Order: sequence, then structure tokens, then C-alpha cells
Amino acid sequence: METLLSILRDLHPDVDFETCTTLIDDKILDSFDIITIISEIDSEFDVAIPADEIIPENFNSAKALYALIERLEDE
Amino acid sequence: MKKKAILIGVATVLLFALCFAFLQMLLMPKYMSAPYLEGAMIQEYYDNAGGNDVVFIGDCEVYENFSPITLWEEYGIPSYIRGSAQQYIWQSYYLLEETLRYETPKVVVFNVLSMKYDATQSEPYNRMLLDGMKWSPTKVQAVRACIEASERAGVHETFLSYVFPLLRFHSRWSDLGSDDVEYLFSRRTVTHNGYLMRVDVNPVEYIPTPDYLAPEDAQLPAICYDYLDRMTKLCQDNGIELVLIKAPSVLPFWYDVWDAQMEEYAAQHGLAYYNFLDEEHLTASGIDYSTDTYDGGLHLNLSGAEKMSVYFGKILQERFDLPDRRGDAALAAKWQEKADAYYAMEADQRREIEEYGYPVSYALPPES
Amino acid sequence: MSFISFSFLAFFAVLFCLYYVIPRRFQWMLLLLGSYVFYLFGGVQYIGYILVTTLSTYLLARRLGTLHASQDAYLAAHKKELDREAKKAYKAGVKRRMWKWLLLGLFLNFGILAVIKYLDFGIQNLNAILGLFGAGQLGLFRFALPLGISFYTFQSMGYLIDVYRGKTQAEKNLGKFALFVSFFPQILQGPISRFDQLAPTLFAEHAFDSRNVSFGLQRMLWGFFKKVVIADRVAVAVQAIVTTRTDAGDPAYTGLFVLLGLVLYAIQIYGDFTGGIDITIGMAQMLGVKLPENFERPYFSKSIAEYWRRWHMTLGEWFKDYLFYPLSICRPMMKLANFSRRKFGDKIGKRVTVYISTLAVWFTTGLWHGAAWNFVVWGLLNGVIILISYELEPLYRRFHAKFHVEKHFAYRLFQVGRTFLLMGALRMLDVYHDVGLTFRMLGSIFTAPNFAALGDAALLEGLGLTAGDVAVVALGVVVMLAVSLAGRRGSVRVRLAARPFVLRYCLFFLLTLVILVFGAYGIGYNASDFIYSVF
Repeated sequence: METLLSILRDLHPDVDFETCTTLIDDKILDSFDIITIISEIDSEFDVAIPADEIIPENFNSAKALYALIERLEDE
Repeated sequence: MKKKAILIGVATVLLFALCFAFLQMLLMPKYMSAPYLEGAMIQEYYDNAGGNDVVFIGDCEVYENFSPITLWEEYGIPSYIRGSAQQYIWQSYYLLEETLRYETPKVVVFNVLSMKYDATQSEPYNRMLLDGMKWSPTKVQAVRACIEASERAGVHETFLSYVFPLLRFHSRWSDLGSDDVEYLFSRRTVTHNGYLMRVDVNPVEYIPTPDYLAPEDAQLPAICYDYLDRMTKLCQDNGIELVLIKAPSVLPFWYDVWDAQMEEYAAQHGLAYYNFLDEEHLTASGIDYSTDTYDGGLHLNLSGAEKMSVYFGKILQERFDLPDRRGDAALAAKWQEKADAYYAMEADQRREIEEYGYPVSYALPPES
Repeated sequence: MSFISFSFLAFFAVLFCLYYVIPRRFQWMLLLLGSYVFYLFGGVQYIGYILVTTLSTYLLARRLGTLHASQDAYLAAHKKELDREAKKAYKAGVKRRMWKWLLLGLFLNFGILAVIKYLDFGIQNLNAILGLFGAGQLGLFRFALPLGISFYTFQSMGYLIDVYRGKTQAEKNLGKFALFVSFFPQILQGPISRFDQLAPTLFAEHAFDSRNVSFGLQRMLWGFFKKVVIADRVAVAVQAIVTTRTDAGDPAYTGLFVLLGLVLYAIQIYGDFTGGIDITIGMAQMLGVKLPENFERPYFSKSIAEYWRRWHMTLGEWFKDYLFYPLSICRPMMKLANFSRRKFGDKIGKRVTVYISTLAVWFTTGLWHGAAWNFVVWGLLNGVIILISYELEPLYRRFHAKFHVEKHFAYRLFQVGRTFLLMGALRMLDVYHDVGLTFRMLGSIFTAPNFAALGDAALLEGLGLTAGDVAVVALGVVVMLAVSLAGRRGSVRVRLAARPFVLRYCLFFLLTLVILVFGAYGIGYNASDFIYSVF
């Protein structure tokens, strides 16, 4: 989780990722951020997020994103 | 609740129809002032329908070149001119058909200049004719024929725009003037039984030499012959004498090959055909191009039209044995009224010419 | 059959009445019938293309659906005996098979689009190259472009990919699917819908709902107003500015007139496109069908990236979901990113995917708009500007931290104006249809503004707008702006619905009459045409 948070903070230092649950809905993350995040996750966690998982529910909060990573690791 | 909804629906439709009708009346051109008078002619017929022994149909070469008042005063022939700006032969045919719904004249005179046009030359002239017609099965066919003729000229018109002329004239909002208010609900009469009067003189400077006539234009178009055939048949079926004429306008040029074709047609169908451009007629009628035209020979002025009427009236009366109806007191009174308006307008035009150099209420300023 | 025609209005009126009279379970069939009638009116010769796309997409999606189902069944049946690795291997095997079917569908349908729309463009470019070597020239095919092919192809392929991804169930009913592809309100100009969003509302049974009908009608009227009263009126002047030439053959309108043309074209395309979409969405709403929104007050955007999230939104989303993301996170791209990260450091490694994907998407977006270089250049420039502002973002952030102007109204106004002008300038590529000419004309705004020319009576008259037209446009723009601003606080129609009936009634009555009278339709009125003259 800490690794993920640091990836996110790198992108937007001014956002509180631990509590925010509207990262997509409030347009805090744009498409450039999303592919950067996916690429970072790929290199840090060795988890490939497929395109069909790029939906608001998975990216609205750090928690949801972490859950996604865990699920994909599991599969 | 449901009742209320239906009520509102009906009220909406009614209100909309009312607003639409009002806007349409407001925005349609009124054609009540020069130089737009030609658009007012067609609808004036309905007040004068019935009892005409002679009906002229055709373009400006009839409505500028013959005076029904003179025909009445000289010969007691009641007549009407169903003329309109650049009337095409399909329009003439349907105007004739419509006229027969109101009356059956003894003689119908048709000016053959329009035999040369096989397609619409100007869409506004369609409007000026058709928008003035009352609705009837004949008008429906006339509109269709005109739309087809426009299509042949590459202009797209819709039937709907004739049903609802607002669709054609909606953009006139920026051109609205005092006439649109003054004549919103009522019209004034601009012609004298279809004759559009001009008193001023603008002589023929020279007799034009004809432009080269392309070989493909030498033969008058087949579609015009179709309508001429239909016109001939319509007259035959109703026991009407059809007379073909070519008015003495020096322009647009009437070529000898066309003249020969009309001669031939008339001979074949047993019709009379007079080309008033022929020397014999010009001499006999006394038309003088230095005094009898107001625009250099395109159209005759009042003096010319009266001369033509005296001359042609005699031909008509002798050849077709038309009765002199001046003995009919009621009719005479009606025509006296028309004549009064006629002479009043003549006086008014003469006064304006005196005052301004040209009849300001009736014409555009002459080109310097 | 254009939406702006009486024959179309009559067609829709008949369809609308039938729709609420027939048994509701037949409603979707009527829509299908209506859609095909509408399509056939546009040209009988095109029907083959849409049928091929419909049928092939339907069958392939069914195939993908079966594979999904059999995979689920297999996994459920062998839940116990399979370990994680075995499951993974099985899934990968199925995925590979599905991928082949998907590729077949994509190649077939985008192939048709490519041949019809882009083959000639390719040949022209090839000819230009051949010409350099003095070689012979190839003939062009000059295919007639089937109506709405770009829209229905994208919508169908989006569906196929969704089925492949398991996001959407494959539609079993061919008729329903055919309706999804051909639904007449949206086939000519979008919006591009997603199957999972559109299907439930499109195939549902709809009772007559007076609110839906009146809201839909209001929206249609508003669309007609924007399109017929404003866009079509302004179009005349835009055309004049772009196409008028002096006797020497140079553009007659340069300098500030180009700026005027830019603003007028922005008004024209806004009225035309958003108005058209209003008509589309309103029409669908009258039938009880909810279509996705395609615009969100785009001209209030503060950056190009934001503009593209608010203009033609369904196309932007399509490109994002089906091209940008898949391309950015595909294996080779990830490898390339990791490679560059090792080789050139974090900073560049991070950017590689963003740059490549962005330019690829915008190149395609440009091509999508038209098979010509001016569209390609237009698309790429959009991408470049977006990347530039991406690079400048840290700078902006520091600037904002220091000066705190970002919340200031004047600064936001500046941002909006900047975006409007920038987008307008790019859009001129689409009007001049010539890359070099566009840049020369845009340059002339700065190099030779020529203030005096703005007073030139002949040039002003050449624009083809009367004083009345200018007044109508100005007033119309004010009204559009006001409605747009009011829309920020929620639906204007909902708020209007709360107002007294008489007020609403008069308002829409007035709007109808305004469209009827001030619409720039039909043969224009020119008084002098009604003066009789033989010559």
C-alpha cells in the first residue's frame, strides 16, 4: 500500500490519497495520470492492469486501486 | 385532466395556425407599389370573372399591349387580360383552365412569345403568378408543372412552400415596409382588367439586329407544343376560338423560323395567327415606335396599347362576329366605372411625368 | 433525408404517432423499420455496407459470447481440481481464441472503412510520391461514402470489444442488434453509444410520458434554433471569407477578417453540431430513449485537454477506452517504457508511452474527421498542444502557487478565451482545407491585420450578411450564451418546468415562430428578383 501511495503522491503531491475516494469523479486523475500509474504498478508490483479494468470504480481511491492489484495478483 | 390536456392541445393548434396565418399575411409581398406591381395581377381576376367575351392570356406582351377599356369603348367587347410577368406556356394553359371554371369566353387570345421557353427562367415569376391563384385542382397541377419547369432549370422548389408561402417568404422580415401594414388585410386594384398602364414615352432608338440563333434553338421546344396542343383542344372542347398573336414588341427578338413554325401550326389546326410585327399590321395599326413605347420597344405605352386595341378589336369583331354589348345598361355602368379609374390613372401619370419627369408611383426612374 | 427538411419532420411525426399507438412490445421493431426506411432514403446503394457490419459484428459477438460462456461453465465445473496456474493457462488459451475472432471483426469492419474512406487518400499520396520520380499515376476509386459509416462502424466495434472484454453480453436478437447499429436519430452524426448503456433504453417498452415528450420536443426546438437560425446564417459569411478570391487569385479576406472568420466558424460549428445533437437527443427522448450527452459547454473549457473532454465527448471516450488505454498499456509499450527508463532515466521513461499514445490517438482522430492532410495536421496539432501543456504543468503549478490567480474570474476568463481562440485557429484547417493556406491566413492576422479593411464596404457586403442578419446572429449568440450559463446550475428544462405554464407555453411558442421566420432555410428573399424585367 505504501508503495502505491508513493507512486500516487509523486503525481499529485497536493492530494490526500489516503482519504480521497473521488479521484476520477472529481477529475483529479486524468488519462495521462492513469497510464503513468499503470506503468508504475507494472514495474513495481509486476502486475499488468488490462484495459477493461480501467473503470472509475477501480481508480477512484487508492484503496480501490490496491484491491484491484491484489485481485489481479491473485488470479 | 385528460379533458384539459385535449383542450390545451386544440387551443395550441388553433393559436399556432392563427399566428402562422398572420405572419404569412404580413411577410408575403404585397406587390402594391411600383416596381413590384406585376405580382398583384393574377388575383385581380377573381373580382372581374364572368361575362368576358375575350380573354387574353400570356406574358407582358399582352398585359402591356392591349387595353380592355379601349376594346369596350370602341367595340363594346368586354374583355380581360390574364397576364403575368414572363408567363410560361404551362402557366398560360392552367390559367386558361382556371378561367374556364369561371366563364366561357367566345375568344381566347394567346401571345406566342413564351413558346421559346422550355424551363423556368426566374423562380420569383412563378411565385408572382401562383401565389395569386386561388386554390383549385387546377392550381395544384399548375404548381406541379411550375416546380417541374424549375427543376429543369436546376432550381429546387417545394410544393409545401406554395401551400404555406411563409416558408418561401419568411426571410422578408428585414424588407417589411409600410405597404405590408397598409395592405395587410385589403388590396387595391393595380390593373385595368389586367392591363398595366404606363403613359410615359421612351422611343425605340434603333431596330435591334437579331442575335445569332443557335441551331438547337431554332425548333420551338416540344414541351411547349404539348401545352399548345392542350390549349387548342381545351378551346375546341369548349367551343372557344383560339387566336394566336405575336405582339409588336421588338424585343425579345422573334425569329422568322419561329414565326414560320407558328404559321404552320395555326394552319394545321385552323387557328388564326397574327404577327403584329409584320409591316402590314404596323402600318395599319399606326404603331409608331418613337411615341408608342415606354421602354425602347419592349412594351407599348398607353398610346400604343390603345392603337393596338382599336386595330385588333376590329379584327376580332369582324372575324368572330362579337356582339357589341354597350346596349346593356348595367354592364355599361360597370365599364363606365372602370373607365373613370382608367382615365384618372392616366391623368395622375401625366401629372407625375410633368412634375418629376417620369411617373414616380408607377415606374422605376429611367436609366439616365 | 436531412433532419432539417419537411419530409424528415413528416417522417418523424408519423413514426412518433405509430410508436405510441402500437403494442409496446413492437416498439423496437418500429424503430428498426423506421431506421432502415430512413437509411434507404439516404441511398439504396449504401445498404450493403451497414448490413455487412451489422451481420459480421452480430455473429462474431455471438461467437465471443459463447466462448465466454463455455469458459465460465468449464471453470465452474472444474473448480475443485484446477489450481491457480491451470486456471490461468486455461483462461489464457480461451483469450487467445477470442482475440483471433475479435481481430477478424476489427480487420473486416475497419477494413471496409479504410477502403471506402481512406484508400483514395492513400493513392493520392502514393501518386504524389510516384510523381516525384516521374512514374505513372494510379487511378482513384471514388467510392461513395455510405451514410454514417464512421459512426456506426465505431459504435459496432466498441460493442465487439466490450463483448470481448466481458463487459457486455452478446445480444442474441439480430433485429435488436441491427437497431443498435442503425438507430436513425444518431446514425448520421452520433453520439456514439455504448451497447450496455443504450440497449436497456432502446429495446425497452415505453409508455407515453408527457414529460419526456415535452422535454424532447423542447430540446429539438432548441437544436433547430441553434442550427437553422444561427449556424446556417453564419455559414454564408464563413464561406465568403474562406473562398472569396481577388482577381489575382489571392484570398480576398485576410488579416482581421480571418480572425472574424475564426470566431464565426466557432459559432457556426457550435450551432451546427451541438444543435444537431440536441435534435438527435431530443428526438430520442420523445421516443423514451436516452442517448448519451455529447457536449458539456465546451467553449467554457480552460485548456485544450479539457475542451476535448467536453466537445464530442462520446468520440473522445471511444478513443480513450478503445485506443489510448489499450495502446498505452499493451505489453510492447510497457517494455518500451521500462527499457527507456533504464536507458534514459525516469523522466523520459515515464513520458514515452504518453507521447506515443497521445500522438497516435490524435493522428487517428484527425483521420477520423476526414481523409485529408489538413485533418491529420489538425489532429496532430491538438495532440502536440496537449503534450506541451502537459509539460508546462509544473510551471503553471509554480506560477499559481506564487500568484494565486487561478480562482480569479479575470484569469479564468483569460484561460477560456485562450482556449477558444486556439481551438478556433486549429479549426481553420478544416475550413480552408489547405494546410499552407491556413497558416498563411492565420499569420496574416498578426503580420497584416489591416484595420482599415474592416470598414471596406465592398468586403463587408461580400460577407453576405445584412444588418438584420448580424442582429439576429448577435442576439442568438447572447441567448445561447445565457442558456449555456444557466445550464451550469442544472437542467434548464427542469427549472423551466417549475415555472408557470403560461410562461413556458409562450416561450416555446415564440421559439417555434422565431425558427420559422428567422431560420436561414429555403430560397432566400431578394426583393429585386421580384421586379419584372425582361433583361
